[in-house]
Amino acid sequence: MEILIPALLTIITAATPLLFAALGELVTEKSGVLNLGIEGMMVMGAIIGFVTVHYTGSATLAILASLMAGALMSAIFAVLVLQFHASQVPTGLALTIFGIGLSALLGQSMIGIAYEGLPIISIPLLSSIPVVGELLFKHDILVFLSILMVFAVMWFLYRSRAGLILRAVGDSHDAAHAMGYSVIKIRFLAILFGGAMAGVGGAYLSLAYSPLWVEQMTAGRGWIALALVVFATWRPGRVLLGAYLFGGITILQLHAQALGIGIPSQVMSMLPYLATVVVLVIISSDQARIKLNSPASLGKAFHPSR
Amino acid sequence: MLRKILLSSIIASSLGLSGVAAAETKVGFVYVGPVGDHGWSYQHDQGRQAVERALGVKTTFVESVAEGADAERVIRKLASSGNDVIFTTSFGYMNPTIKVAKRFKKVKFEHATGYKRAANVSTYSARFYEGRAILGAIAGKMTKSNVVGYIGSFPIPEVIRGIDAFTLALRKVNPKATVKVVWVNSWFDPGKEGDAAKALIDQGVDIITQHTDSPAPLQVAEKRGVYAFGQASDMAAFAPKSQLTSIIDNWSDYYIDRVKAAMDGSWKSTDTWDGIKSGMVEMAPYGDAVPQDVRDMADKIKASIVDGSFHPFQGPIKNQKGELVVKAGEVISDKDLSGLNWYVEGVEGSIPK
Repeated sequence: MEILIPALLTIITAATPLLFAALGELVTEKSGVLNLGIEGMMVMGAIIGFVTVHYTGSATLAILASLMAGALMSAIFAVLVLQFHASQVPTGLALTIFGIGLSALLGQSMIGIAYEGLPIISIPLLSSIPVVGELLFKHDILVFLSILMVFAVMWFLYRSRAGLILRAVGDSHDAAHAMGYSVIKIRFLAILFGGAMAGVGGAYLSLAYSPLWVEQMTAGRGWIALALVVFATWRPGRVLLGAYLFGGITILQLHAQALGIGIPSQVMSMLPYLATVVVLVIISSDQARIKLNSPASLGKAFHPSR
Repeated sequence: MLRKILLSSIIASSLGLSGVAAAETKVGFVYVGPVGDHGWSYQHDQGRQAVERALGVKTTFVESVAEGADAERVIRKLASSGNDVIFTTSFGYMNPTIKVAKRFKKVKFEHATGYKRAANVSTYSARFYEGRAILGAIAGKMTKSNVVGYIGSFPIPEVIRGIDAFTLALRKVNPKATVKVVWVNSWFDPGKEGDAAKALIDQGVDIITQHTDSPAPLQVAEKRGVYAFGQASDMAAFAPKSQLTSIIDNWSDYYIDRVKAAMDGSWKSTDTWDGIKSGMVEMAPYGDAVPQDVRDMADKIKASIVDGSFHPFQGPIKNQKGELVVKAGEVISDKDLSGLNWYVEGVEGSIPK
């Protein structure tokens, strides 16, 4: 028990950045757009958040700035893909490379500076419950927000009219267009949401997870988030599950090593990707299951004139 | 991975365009991480800047180059665009460097931490284990739980040598102390390095040592109120209370010497393995938490390494099974040290294969 609680707490912090980025990408993909630029948007969120907190001292402002940074990055992608019909895959990759480069440039003077990290919020009464209180009600604001966002996205996609339209656009943009919905506008908003969420995920890295700035500090988490969306078969609830599972694997293998349990750490490092491959195999073995949740127009360009 | 490949191929192709006439001496550098890592690549870049300042030569660097086939392309590009000396600063660049060196006989290559040489390829490395021994002794005096945490990157001899030197010195001062090792399979992943530090602290270690490049473990140590050692550069800014000291890589003097030699024609293929004595390995100032008697002890060990009266790998040394491997009075040879692949007594767990 002594070890269990700190270990679980660490899992939560490891899962939170993945959860933000993956939820954002989920909504983007549900509208039929594949944005491979998560890593670049995250890393931009990380640096902008860090710069903001360094100069203003305000964590709230920093989170908002990261959100804006991620959204702005995704807006570039949105304009290229939606307005100029650029192919989504290379454009997303370019966005990642651009984000890594730009963040390194912006962050030159931030190397070697420390920040004490986001303040921890204890919810009164609830946080004093033994074990459960510490696990569930004593975190920084972003952890709470990430969980709230899961339910918000769930409600939006499956309970709201706007969500229904978004899914319609993702499944058949031609049909949605024929019904009079603005495919471009809806996709633009979905991409912006995805960027904003990736930006906040990045902010979590530089403000809470390891509160400092070093180049490329996302270290591939954008790609894990991308894998997570597929792993979750485009369901927000499963994204939550997957993020904690992926985070859990990372942390548990570190603990296993420290305890001297002999699982090769290399195997553990590849587990998230392996799990994604397995899920891909399973869902593609059953056509009906793919159709159920994956957006049918994913990655296809939309030309309203045709 | 993909982003790294794309990134470095873009950089590599842009380098090709910027090649200018080779009248002046040009020096190229290849780094495995970003120059902003505040660790390994950062220190190599400090060396590059020192070369530029001291000799006024033109330098180029390519950062975040993945080890392997990609590195070969970047090194070849640097060679074909007129660089006279090329420093390849990671172990994994060894074979690519040798391969490119065969085709560019006039270019002088300097490969860090490798063991393959050629007429135009030198190798160089630093005896970081000398610094590790000092850290180990300090840890032995400072630990209360008698369990010390060690965050490793990859299980290669360079890292294992550090763990062993640290543990030997630790147990010389404090025979009850042991070392827990956690591998993160990355040179550079602040989040994961921090997580590894948390996992170790949760399991009762009260000092964190690392052989990875970011200051994240120190931040965790500072927050959790345990001690830690910095890596590659002085990381006190991230852990003003926790950092006891830090090993600092200082490549500047070596880089200046080698480029100078290439300029005046005295460059020869050599194998350099320098330590505290030559200044290649430096120690950061002690943190406030280190009491005077521990400082005196550490200074004494440092002096004895410099004057040669003490070697971190002098016997008696036992392996994990408790078998005597190195007898009293003997020292592990440089050749054996360069391929070291076993833990000494006092390290917990086994080396991942």
